[in-house]
Amino acid sequence: MLRLEKRPSPSRLWTGATPLLAVLLTMLAGGAMFALLGSDPVVAIRTIFWDPLFGEFAFYYRGQLLVKAAPLILIAIGLSLGFRAGIWNIGAEGQYIVGAIVGAAVGLAAYPTESRLIFPAMILAGAFAGWLWAMIPAILKTRFNTNEILVSLMLVYVAEAMLASVSSGLLRNPDGMGFPGSRNFKDYPAAHNAFLIEGAGVHWGVVAAMIAVIFAYVLLGRHVLGFHIRLTGEAPRAARFAGVNPSLLVVVCLGISGALAGLAGLFEVSGPAGQISIDFNSGYGFTAIIVAFLGRLHPVGILLAGLLMALTYVGGDAAASALGLPSAAIQLLQGMLLFFLLAVDVLANFRIRFGRTEAA
Amino acid sequence: MDLSAIDPLVLAASIMVASTPILLAALGEMVVERAGVLNLGVEGMMITGAVCGFIIAVQGESPALGFLAAAAGGAGLALLFGFLTQYLLANQVASGLALTMFGLGLSALLGQDYIGIKAPAMGEVHVPLLAEIPVLGPVLFRHDPMVYLSVALVAGVWAFLRYSRAGLILRAVGENHDAAHALGYKVVRIRMAAIAFGGALAGLGGAYISLVRVPQWTEGMTAGAGWIALAIVVFASWRPWRVLLGAYLFGGVTVLQLNLQAAGVDIPVVYLSMLPYLVTIFVLVVMSASSGRAALGAPAALGRVFHASG
Repeated sequence: MLRLEKRPSPSRLWTGATPLLAVLLTMLAGGAMFALLGSDPVVAIRTIFWDPLFGEFAFYYRGQLLVKAAPLILIAIGLSLGFRAGIWNIGAEGQYIVGAIVGAAVGLAAYPTESRLIFPAMILAGAFAGWLWAMIPAILKTRFNTNEILVSLMLVYVAEAMLASVSSGLLRNPDGMGFPGSRNFKDYPAAHNAFLIEGAGVHWGVVAAMIAVIFAYVLLGRHVLGFHIRLTGEAPRAARFAGVNPSLLVVVCLGISGALAGLAGLFEVSGPAGQISIDFNSGYGFTAIIVAFLGRLHPVGILLAGLLMALTYVGGDAAASALGLPSAAIQLLQGMLLFFLLAVDVLANFRIRFGRTEAA
Repeated sequence: MDLSAIDPLVLAASIMVASTPILLAALGEMVVERAGVLNLGVEGMMITGAVCGFIIAVQGESPALGFLAAAAGGAGLALLFGFLTQYLLANQVASGLALTMFGLGLSALLGQDYIGIKAPAMGEVHVPLLAEIPVLGPVLFRHDPMVYLSVALVAGVWAFLRYSRAGLILRAVGENHDAAHALGYKVVRIRMAAIAFGGALAGLGGAYISLVRVPQWTEGMTAGAGWIALAIVVFASWRPWRVLLGAYLFGGVTVLQLNLQAAGVDIPVVYLSMLPYLVTIFVLVVMSASSGRAALGAPAALGRVFHASG
């Protein structure tokens, strides 16, 4: 029988190898699923994971990859800080929506003024709104010890209700003949998050995501705050003796993740999505949780994981149109990825021994 | 605005129907947490139950069969979570989230051919004699069997935890798994059983939404009910009868806001539809502010990984 033996410290080899193993297992299980759905598994897997990168239309898809990866990386970087310290912000989707609403509102309020200051003001407003939305669970956690998982999640539904309301009310396009949805930022250059390089998919959100990766890398590796975050996650008792202020950590971690999620929302709504509408949000706040874990809560890992997850989106869309695969199948594939990742994690923390099992 | 359009009796009767899904899910989750496991995948198990129940009920033209399938589907998904957290010792928070995402995707995939179909109706059972009592009769005793089953389950779980030896062992595992292990109890197996039970109840709760409350299948139709069930467990301080109270309070708020919307009250719809979630947050704050974790009755080993390393 198999027996697990705890390693004194996680294996470096397996820590790096498990995400790859998880991806491989997901491809196998996903292939089986596609076969059950009646399409050729090899073709389906190739369409999702290979063609967007190296196929005939890769020049188009590669740009799309950055567009989808940017919000995921931006949000996941923020989440990873908290996750490392055992602070669970599950409501990034809500912070993302609120950041988008408030940021867009600032831009729309200035319409049709043309000024270089409008877009920076929107960015600030978006980040601030996301931060503020995340402060609700943070303050409740530090003040009343309320579970931040549940509060941040409940606030997603509140944010969704707000989004539904403003997209058909407050922020509705006055020239839109009564259709829900705001003005399109594509028609308003001062507030449009346009591509910086045409065709490469690089907009300000991509730039911000890169900065966030570097920022998090330095913070975790070089700054005392990063040390406190890691210490709290790995040895909470030791952290208390080392003088870490847990309340401050909650406020900082939730604040950073909220602000980054808000930023991601603003860049998305003013760029790729183009307008505030009831379903502009496409669930990036939740997928970012997978990205954070897939990237092992490490900034560079998250960068790669974000790109991989973007690949499943882009490739999934391609597969949906080319092979008629349902979009739910892609969602399932992403869920599988997280499952396999958590399952193979055991290899990093435990040795597998063959022998008699003890009672458990 | 016409508040007189709201019939208090109909309102009271519909509270029981509106509350049943979260009551079932919260009760199951409470048992899981009493065994020391935090399964955040309630939403995923509910939606899987909803779709499994709906498909089987439509195919077999029997709601009862549907509920059985829903319980099996929910339990099956829960066992996946159990395998990850109990045997592969994965992080419970992350695994629970994974379960929710997986369940949402799986249900959307399974249910895509069933959108727009109506579920076979489930008959009401009028409890003889009691249903004839004026006022109370229509409110309490004219419902479908699942409503009665959910209340009976509350009583059953309460008696199980309080009076049975197995219930005592389950609580011991949840309070101190190392001590329970040292006494010779199979911690992992007991927890797996609790997880499966929790999944089955979440599945039933989900199927109640798709088969009775709506009764149709739409993607993501549980709309956060699973998360609210998790909040109700905290609200209830891990006690069965308080779970009932919490679920009915929450159901009351939901029904009230729907009725107020229908009556055209001057409050914008957006605030009304936020109301259930805001109330949940408020209740959580009040509960957590009033006393510490121990006094609240949270199982001491909740969410901690058990590995027999002796």
